[in-house]
Amino acid sequence: MHWDVVWNNFEYFLIGAFPEGPLGGLAMSILLALGGIFGAFWLGLAAGLMRISKRRMVRLPAIIYIEIIRGTPLLMLIFWFYFLAPILLGQAMPEAQCALVALIIFTGAYIAEIVRAGVEALPKGQMEAARGTGLSRFQAQVYIILPQALFNMIPSFVNQFVSLTKDTSLAFIIGVNELTKAATQVNNRTLTSPTEIFITIAVLYFIVCYLLTEFSRKLEKRINRYQARTR
Amino acid sequence: MSMIEFHNVNKWYGDFHVLKDINESVESGEVLVICGPSGSGKSTLIRCVNRLEEYQKGHILIEGRDLHGDDVNVNELRSEIGIVFQQFNLYPHLSVLKNITLAPIKVRKTPKKDAEEMAMQLLERVGIHSQATKYPAELSGGQQQRVAIARALAMKPKIMLFDEPTSALDPEMINEVLNVMKDLAREGMTMLCVTHEMGFAREVADRVVFMDFGEILEQAPPDEFFRNPKHERTKLFLKEIL
Ligand SMILES: Nc1ncnc2c1ncn2[C@@H]1O[C@H](COP(=O)(O)OP(=O)(O)O)[C@@H](O)[C@H]1O
Ligand SMILES: [Mg+2]
Repeated sequence: MHWDVVWNNFEYFLIGAFPEGPLGGLAMSILLALGGIFGAFWLGLAAGLMRISKRRMVRLPAIIYIEIIRGTPLLMLIFWFYFLAPILLGQAMPEAQCALVALIIFTGAYIAEIVRAGVEALPKGQMEAARGTGLSRFQAQVYIILPQALFNMIPSFVNQFVSLTKDTSLAFIIGVNELTKAATQVNNRTLTSPTEIFITIAVLYFIVCYLLTEFSRKLEKRINRYQARTR
Repeated sequence: MSMIEFHNVNKWYGDFHVLKDINESVESGEVLVICGPSGSGKSTLIRCVNRLEEYQKGHILIEGRDLHGDDVNVNELRSEIGIVFQQFNLYPHLSVLKNITLAPIKVRKTPKKDAEEMAMQLLERVGIHSQATKYPAELSGGQQQRVAIARALAMKPKIMLFDEPTSALDPEMINEVLNVMKDLAREGMTMLCVTHEMGFAREVADRVVFMDFGEILEQAPPDEFFRNPKHERTKLFLKEIL
């Protein structure tokens, strides 16, 4: 075993050539994941709520978006943005941005389905009670439905976010400097220790996903203490 | 002018004719008890009054104004008509106090402090002011239903609708809820109550209405209704529940 290759390049795995060169490695993977989670959450929330609207013209775009994306591999989406961006925008989009947009649009569709299911799973009486006191549909969603539904959705969200974090590795295919690319670079240069390198990479991905899951467990407990002494 | 008027109200669920030519009028301060077999359309009827259900034919007037008139704002309308459900439907993620103050603060723009003061008074009125900071699931069924009544009263409604408010309660809790309803009735609230509590009907109802298969078959003051039911199906129904 040649673990020295790993140790010599460990900083490169973590942050790439930063600060002399561009940020890369695990830091870039985490940035992609965080940006993706943030974007996908809001996109998915909006699409999910549109999906359950009473108005057809609001519902339809959401249905089309969700169904198309769920039938498309993520890798394909990443390629699309990579090759289509120059045509649509007239200039190339940086690789990392292409990957981020693809991740957001891809994960957003799944978040939307989680949101739809979560809202529909609440007892109908909650909306009726809220409307019955004169709250508008929007107010009822904001104060009554979503706080309960989003809370119930936390475990599903986390599943999706863990997937997203692992999916950032696909960005490597269009040349984004993230963890998987750092690993292949070092491996191609040294050619002596692929096993050690990819074990290290796997452990790093695992740690990030594990922390994400732990964080969500804490979050769930905390909200539990605040709002749901009840369940 | 009557508080509520039903004119030839008809409603269908697809092919199923659930309300058939409902004609009725309820005066201000009147307490109407609606009874009838399960599935006869009682819930549907009272839910039409605050537009939780739509009807396809006929008119419902509240103080002379058509429920579906162009000048009617549905949220404003609903805020003046309280409804209490069989399953309480309290908001489980909010404290008792917040359950009550939410609508006054968001719909009426009542300052938070005033809303809370009013909520405490209402809780006192329904006999549970010591539970204000608790969450719904920490209360008994009877207490939850009294919170639900307080929540509806917080909007100072002109009309209160009750849909089998005691049917989901353990027997020993039924009276605490009925007593709150009786107080309301004596204070002059206009009430439509779907209930099979015939003691309640005898004591405070002005009229009892019997529904079957989406029709109002007969109606009379409670004394007469119980002593001398006219329709065969009413007799059968009364024999079953009394
Ligand atoms: N959303 C609905 N779709 C179809 N049928 C319904 C719906 N809601 C109620 N019904 C039917 O309408 C009838 C009347 O219901 P309801 O008003 O709840 O009766 P009650 O309150 O007298 O028991 C029942 O036969 C019920 O099955
Ligand atoms: Mg009913």
